[in-house]
Amino acid sequence: MIRFENVRKRYPAGKEALSGVSFSLEKGEMAFLTGPSGAGKSTLLKLVALIERPTRGTVLVGNQNTSRIPRRRIPHFRRRIGIVFQDHKLLDDRTVFDNVALPLLIASLRHRELERRVRAALDQVGLLEYEKSSPLSLSSGEQQRIGIARAVASRPELVIADEPTGNLDPELSLDIMQLFERFNEVGVTLLIATHDLELIDKLDHRRLRLDQGKVVDKPQPNTDC
Amino acid sequence: MNLITRYLSLHAQEFAGAFGRVLHQPFASLMTIAVIAIALALPSGFRVMVNNARVLSGSWEAAVDFTVYLEMSVDDESARTLARDIEARDDVSRVALVNRTDALADFRAYSGFGEALDVLEENPLPHALVVRPDGGAQGNVAALARALDAMDETALVQLDTEWVERLRSILELARRLADIATVLLSLAVIVVIGNTIRLEINNRRNEIEVIKLVGGSNGYVRRPFLYLGFCHGLAGGIVAAITIGVGLSLISSPARSLAQLYDSGYRLVGLSVEQTALLLGSGAILGWAGAAIATARHLHRIEPT
Repeated sequence: MIRFENVRKRYPAGKEALSGVSFSLEKGEMAFLTGPSGAGKSTLLKLVALIERPTRGTVLVGNQNTSRIPRRRIPHFRRRIGIVFQDHKLLDDRTVFDNVALPLLIASLRHRELERRVRAALDQVGLLEYEKSSPLSLSSGEQQRIGIARAVASRPELVIADEPTGNLDPELSLDIMQLFERFNEVGVTLLIATHDLELIDKLDHRRLRLDQGKVVDKPQPNTDC
Repeated sequence: MNLITRYLSLHAQEFAGAFGRVLHQPFASLMTIAVIAIALALPSGFRVMVNNARVLSGSWEAAVDFTVYLEMSVDDESARTLARDIEARDDVSRVALVNRTDALADFRAYSGFGEALDVLEENPLPHALVVRPDGGAQGNVAALARALDAMDETALVQLDTEWVERLRSILELARRLADIATVLLSLAVIVVIGNTIRLEINNRRNEIEVIKLVGGSNGYVRRPFLYLGFCHGLAGGIVAAITIGVGLSLISSPARSLAQLYDSGYRLVGLSVEQTALLLGSGAILGWAGAAIATARHLHRIEPT
């Protein structure tokens, strides 16, 4: 689903965020991207979502070489990916329903189908009763779940998440991760950046550790026991 | 078919959204709309006034009188005969004889040179005939003028069109000025709306980023701003049309009394249906254009980071 081949990313300021990253994530896999802050986790996810372009190397997403996607095709490309942010990036002047409906509106889905999918996504994150509320009236854990509902509403094959539990307490964090696991069970490929090692120790998934701009692949955390 | 209806319903939704935003920030929107309305009403109102003056000058032109000054040697009796003869012509509707004695009395009374005239031993003024042509083509009037000039008794034929000509040149000038004002103020409308949209883009930077992150194309992001510009421009046009209407109704009654004093049934001409449509349409199009320029300049700069 995702393949990086010797990817380098150097920012104009001169700082090298990634220096030769190679890994691949198969369809249906769920993996954590770990590493100290500043190791390049966010940069790596931005390369997947085409928010940034690699300085060198190849990034393949869904067998598509992203360097061949012209600027004007980026919106179409992004519609096939669900993105979850640390600060969830909800729009406060719209209802929960409208926030989740945003990607579907953009994809110009028929109204009835749109309603059905928004409700299904809200149901999956367990917040259907809040559809008419403002995101501001919800707790931060609930807001993050709305963010996840928005990411999965258009039923993408791939979901990437950048520190989705960064602002949450351990219990809520585990909730969120278990929510991701449920999507993984139905075939969604997930790549989740997090620095919360304690949390992912409780979960049995592949880890990609970024250190000094390179990926150190640790296939299963519990092989050593 | 299905696709078209879906496309239209989507646009309708966004249009409603833009309209809602105009209502949502009533004060800011009203300010913008007021500025646009003034910018549109000024040249349009000026045009309406010029238009009125042209209609008025046109009605005068048909009633251009000749003044035929007769030779000093022509006496009262032959002047009267001449007046009757001329009045009998097909292309003349009326002839008034201004008797030289009456003319002198009038002159004495109104000119303020009364005492100076006393010095003169005899009346220096000739008899004059004021000839009103029977409204016809311009050529006939010129032919009539030639015919009058050819008479032995005629000293001078004065065609009273010169001031009409002058007025027309002034009106032509005014029309040109109105054209220039229209262009400049149209640019002002574009700038005002462009600025409003630029502020709106800045206010909604966050929203734009999020929309781009979830796959919104530039076109999708741009559309509500274009509709917003369109709504502002259209509203400005409507307010401008109302302003002109109210302004005209305020001066129409004094204008009518003035026209009555001149024995004229003249009435003020307002905006025609076409002109009103043109005013509203140009408001909307200018709004759209301002928004298009602002979005082209500022939207692409907002990319998620």
